[in-house]
Amino acid sequence: MKKLNEMKLTMESRSVNEGFSRAVVAAFAALLDPTLEELSDIKTAVSEAVTNAIVHGYREQSGPVFLTATLTDKPSVRIRVRDRGVGIADVAEARRPLFTTMQGERAGLGFAVMESFMDRVQVRSAPGKGTTVTLEKTIGGKRHDG
Amino acid sequence: MSAKLEYGGGVVRVRFSGEIDHHAASLLRASIDSAIAQKRPKTLILDFGAVSFMDSSGIGLVMGRYKLMQAIGGAIRVENLSPGAYKVMRLAGLDRLGELKQKEVS
Repeated sequence: MKKLNEMKLTMESRSVNEGFSRAVVAAFAALLDPTLEELSDIKTAVSEAVTNAIVHGYREQSGPVFLTATLTDKPSVRIRVRDRGVGIADVAEARRPLFTTMQGERAGLGFAVMESFMDRVQVRSAPGKGTTVTLEKTIGGKRHDG
Repeated sequence: MSAKLEYGGGVVRVRFSGEIDHHAASLLRASIDSAIAQKRPKTLILDFGAVSFMDSSGIGLVMGRYKLMQAIGGAIRVENLSPGAYKVMRLAGLDRLGELKQKEVS
């Protein structure tokens, strides 16, 4: 699998950047000519990962969110969202559907959405160090054989 | 992101437009909840016809309103979902709580 293109984005953990980051990733992933459904899936998963970094990683305090998107010749897109926030002690528990540490109306389905919309979701985290979520999706929509 | 509210015949209809995410959901909640408290409708219709994006924040938005409507003995209907938004709502099992309708394909 060869890397075709890559971009990096660093942003403040502000909730307005949820919309900004998914729009940036969608524009970048569009270079692989995905279907509208694939693009919508990618945007939704990125939105969940970035929202987690802001809401959970930094608990709505200020901090940097690092996003890297890589396009490969598979063709596939790989997105890494990293924060230097509080981290997760038990990743398996955090990934369980409906698990949430938040009061109010967070549904606890962020990881469930990422898992169902992407082909692969990897979470690496250490308490006090931060969390890195890696999302991967094969783009099969339109062929580039011709 | 915005929400237009209409009331008539015991029905509150909320027409969302734009993108619904964590940022937007918190702003949308207050106006809907005050309309429910004031009008005490029999049915709340959440119309997603003009929504261009929705993530799991939309689930919380629907769930929270479902609980409010349940508390006053009313029902909830979710209409005009895009395929993407429908997929998110189905994943949460919201089709078991009330009516979920997808956008008609013309």
